[in-house]
Amino acid sequence: MLTGGVSSVEGAGGGGLAPWAMITGYGSQGQVGANAHATVVDLPDYQFRSGGIALGVQDRLELSYARQTFDTGPTGARLGLGEGFTFRQDVLGAKLRVFGDAVYDQDRWTPQVAIGAQWKSNNQPGVIAAIGGRDHEGVDYYVAATKILLDQSVLLNGTVRATRANQGGLLGFGGDRNDDYSLQFEGSAGVLLTKRLLVGAEYRTKPDNLGFAREDDWFDLFAAYAVNKNLSITAAYADLGDIATFEDQRGLYLSIQAGF
Amino acid sequence: MRPIFALSLAAVLILPLPAAAQPTPWAHPGEEAIDPYAVDDANAGAAPMAEDAVFEALGGVQGVSRIIDDLVDRSVRDPRLEEIFKPTDLARLRRTLKEQVCFILGGPCAYSGRDMAAAHKDLGITTAEFNALVENLQGAMDDAGVPFRAQNRLLARLAPMKGDVVER
Ligand code: HEM
Repeated sequence: MLTGGVSSVEGAGGGGLAPWAMITGYGSQGQVGANAHATVVDLPDYQFRSGGIALGVQDRLELSYARQTFDTGPTGARLGLGEGFTFRQDVLGAKLRVFGDAVYDQDRWTPQVAIGAQWKSNNQPGVIAAIGGRDHEGVDYYVAATKILLDQSVLLNGTVRATRANQGGLLGFGGDRNDDYSLQFEGSAGVLLTKRLLVGAEYRTKPDNLGFAREDDWFDLFAAYAVNKNLSITAAYADLGDIATFEDQRGLYLSIQAGF
Repeated sequence: MRPIFALSLAAVLILPLPAAAQPTPWAHPGEEAIDPYAVDDANAGAAPMAEDAVFEALGGVQGVSRIIDDLVDRSVRDPRLEEIFKPTDLARLRRTLKEQVCFILGGPCAYSGRDMAAAHKDLGITTAEFNALVENLQGAMDDAGVPFRAQNRLLARLAPMKGDVVER
């Protein structure tokens, strides 16, 4: 049931932090699948929220939209932004399956491969400019390869992303230290324990474009549970490292996803 | 009676019989007549496993037989699949499916059915129907107490057959 993955924080079907090559929904050939997700990551000094929808067409094309909210809460005052200051970002995504089938191609090693793009637009151009960011809009491009090794009950994903985004775009795109695209890697590995339960880990490298604060890689340990065919819940321990000078942002990631 | 003599005697006795009553390698008594084809284990569509761990996890020949009977029972009354199985010779389907799974799991069986492309030609099976059948198999294995990992090892052998089974 979980072989199609859940919804990532950027809206695309995948793990929690990285898009996978799978096309969202039960959209097998000739069918359209859709799902909606709501995610909260509760960090020591911030709260991150994401909500969105994704549409899968004929197991070939996936279109997604997510609205991300990065709530600085009381930390906003200490950053000089004001208490409860919030960054919002809209992410429009498109993903195309190029070849392979992660689930059925069990007689060969080749993974399912998809290419994708994410158009991101942040609502705080002023703050982003003030911290050294170059743009409040940007596009990420990625290639994702996913393989389910059914013989081992294992799922593997590797994604390479070309991006200028700072903290996924929540702190804008490009910066005083580096303004170019860089290639980043996102890896996920999971074990299917039952038809309903997938547990695993994810790692996502990130650029470090801004001079005012160091940016760290992201890491999580997750458990995704399918309540039924239409509903799944993901809980994770997420380590998002330092964010805007506040160190060690580790916390609970909770996501609920409904598919149609 | 020496074997050679017994064989030739059998040949003399059987040959003059009408075609329908003849036991053939491709159809057994009690099943509907079917056009002849070359019987070959390769028709099973997957090589047999080297070790018998999964075969044992399914309960050997008896276990496989029960699981396949349950799979067929579930599928003929599954609203998603019942139409497709209405014209099917279920006696033959049960027998060949049991042979096929037993063979693939490395059990003491030969497969005498048709290859997957020939068996499913013109049935117009969809991906959703393929998945429904797999779900029924998982349900039958669950009820038989087959561990999830062993189930997946069998499914790994069956999954690539989708290309030959699904037409739409
Ligand atoms: C990996 C999956 C499958 C396997 C291993 C499999 C195996 C078989 C076997 C061994 C036969 C008998 C071959 C023979 O008569 O010589 C058969 C026939 C048949 N199968 Fe499947 N099958 C699969 C998927 C499906 C699906 C998804 C459906 C429909 C939803 C289906 C419907 C049928 C029907 C209707 C027949 C009888 C065809 C006829 O008598 O002309 N099969 N299958």
